[in-house]
Amino acid sequence: MALVEIRDVYKSFQRDEQRIDVFTDLTLDIDAGSFTALMGPSGSGKSTLLNLIAGLDRPTRGTVTVGGEVVSAMSAGQLAAWRARHIGFVFQSFNLLPVLTAYQNVELPLLLTRLSGKERAERVKIALDVVGLADRADHYPRQLSGGQEQRTAIARAIVADPTVMLLDEPTGQLDAKSSQEVLTLLQRLNKEFNKTIIIVTHDAHAAERAKTILHLEKGDLIEKPRMAAAGR
Amino acid sequence: MKYFRLVLANLGRHKLRSILTIASVALALFLFASLRSVVTTMAAAAQFGGARRLVTLNATGLVFPLPLAYGNRIKALPGVTGLSWANWFGGRYGDGKNFFANFAVDAQSYLDLYPEIVMPADQKQAFLQDRTGAIIGDRLIHDFGWKLGQNVTLQGTIFQGDWTFKIDGVYHPTDPAIGDNVLIFHHDYFDERIGRAGIAGWYIVEIDDPSHAPQIAKSIDDMFRNSSSPTKTGTEREFQASFATMWGNVSFLMNTIGLAVVFAILLITANAMMMSARERTGEIAVLKTVGFSDRLLFALVMVEAGTLALTGAAIGLGGAKLLYPAIKFNGAGFLPGFKVATSTLIIGALVALGLMLASGLVPALRAARLPVVQALRKVE
Repeated sequence: MALVEIRDVYKSFQRDEQRIDVFTDLTLDIDAGSFTALMGPSGSGKSTLLNLIAGLDRPTRGTVTVGGEVVSAMSAGQLAAWRARHIGFVFQSFNLLPVLTAYQNVELPLLLTRLSGKERAERVKIALDVVGLADRADHYPRQLSGGQEQRTAIARAIVADPTVMLLDEPTGQLDAKSSQEVLTLLQRLNKEFNKTIIIVTHDAHAAERAKTILHLEKGDLIEKPRMAAAGR
Repeated sequence: MKYFRLVLANLGRHKLRSILTIASVALALFLFASLRSVVTTMAAAAQFGGARRLVTLNATGLVFPLPLAYGNRIKALPGVTGLSWANWFGGRYGDGKNFFANFAVDAQSYLDLYPEIVMPADQKQAFLQDRTGAIIGDRLIHDFGWKLGQNVTLQGTIFQGDWTFKIDGVYHPTDPAIGDNVLIFHHDYFDERIGRAGIAGWYIVEIDDPSHAPQIAKSIDDMFRNSSSPTKTGTEREFQASFATMWGNVSFLMNTIGLAVVFAILLITANAMMMSARERTGEIAVLKTVGFSDRLLFALVMVEAGTLALTGAAIGLGGAKLLYPAIKFNGAGFLPGFKVATSTLIIGALVALGLMLASGLVPALRAARLPVVQALRKVE
């Protein structure tokens, strides 16, 4: 059974008098332990799909199931708790809280758990270690480079050991070197820790690191999933 | 507790703004506590007075004297067990900036009627035997650096001239409403200096039973109703209350100013909270993505507003509570026993809670209801 099951999803937005159909009938499966890149032009529905999987948005019709739980049927309160347990989200612009140190930013998802302060500290240390920023724990975001900020954001996304990692253009604001570092890190998380990763990207080089590439255009999968070079 | 660090971090985002907001709340509640304490102190003064003491004044007003001859007639009434009299003097010391009450009394009878005025027996005796002597409240020692046995000279404002008194005794009042900054001297000396013997400013009448007060007061006033100086008699509490009533409008004004100040600060605090929440729209969306629930975010913003309001309240109310006793404030002598009452602190704390609710509610609701996708679209 697939980890992420998207069934007959119809999604539309109302903008003033105009209705915009993003997905008309999308069906898609994403397996556990996969590393999937979603590609497509702006407005093709990549980020909307990510938001639907994360439970940040709801389909107008159809169902979104993650790990056997029907995300599209949950209440707002249930969704918040579910996200805290199962989703690790990484943004293009990092979105670290500027008033918190790297350590405190990474700790945020763990505040929602029942872990003790000591247990939280251990997990944060491991997460920062995995992304290679153990020595930057006390730095504030303004004291980090873009690549370091994004790696901190990835540490925040993995610290609670989520079921799925969702990344929206994670290399969009990084230079080439930092992009490679982040993509290498994601590959490592997928291979060594068997993390299920779904990444939205415009960058073909970034997509090549994924095992599977999906192309979206105007809300439709325009070709069947194909295996990327790294996944072969 | 684990979330409080987040609250503190957010408050530290714009330190100056947070400090100014706290300072505004502190100032508002300090003013509120101060103004309300004027009102409560006056109200407390109106409660002063032994239930067994009546005060007889000239019916026309306090500034009009009564014949001293009234004394014996009052004393002869059934139920009257003691009598004394006093006269407002209104002298000033030095440049007059430090006002204090001073009046002439029939010393022996006055001290008999006021056991609240406590001083060493030898000082009391010295005063009773010294025609130009005076006793003073212990606060005047502190205010002017006077010493026992020293001569002090007051300038008469109503009764002109320099009036020199020897300090024979220093008393400490057991009831703060008596006033610890009063100078009391002999009525005999007063009569002698002004050359107008036989007058009293007011009489203090001790009665056998408080329940007889209305009847005795009526008897006194009836006795002088058709004389050249009709009287008005009431209990000492009524006498004090009449002063408080004169302050009635001031009391209303003070309450109104107090509320206006609090309301103005409410607007400032609410504005600061709104700005703070608006600036963090993106961060709130990120926290929701991480898994923070609407309810938790609502609580965090409310706690943030509460931290500002309650810290300000603690500084403002605590400051008022500690400051006034430390500087022995008594409103230039008009507010003896001035203190910030517990009820004022409780009301102030409730005002702070109200401030928290009023300033935090809208931003907290906004944070809770923020649609994540739209907010993230703005940030990304």
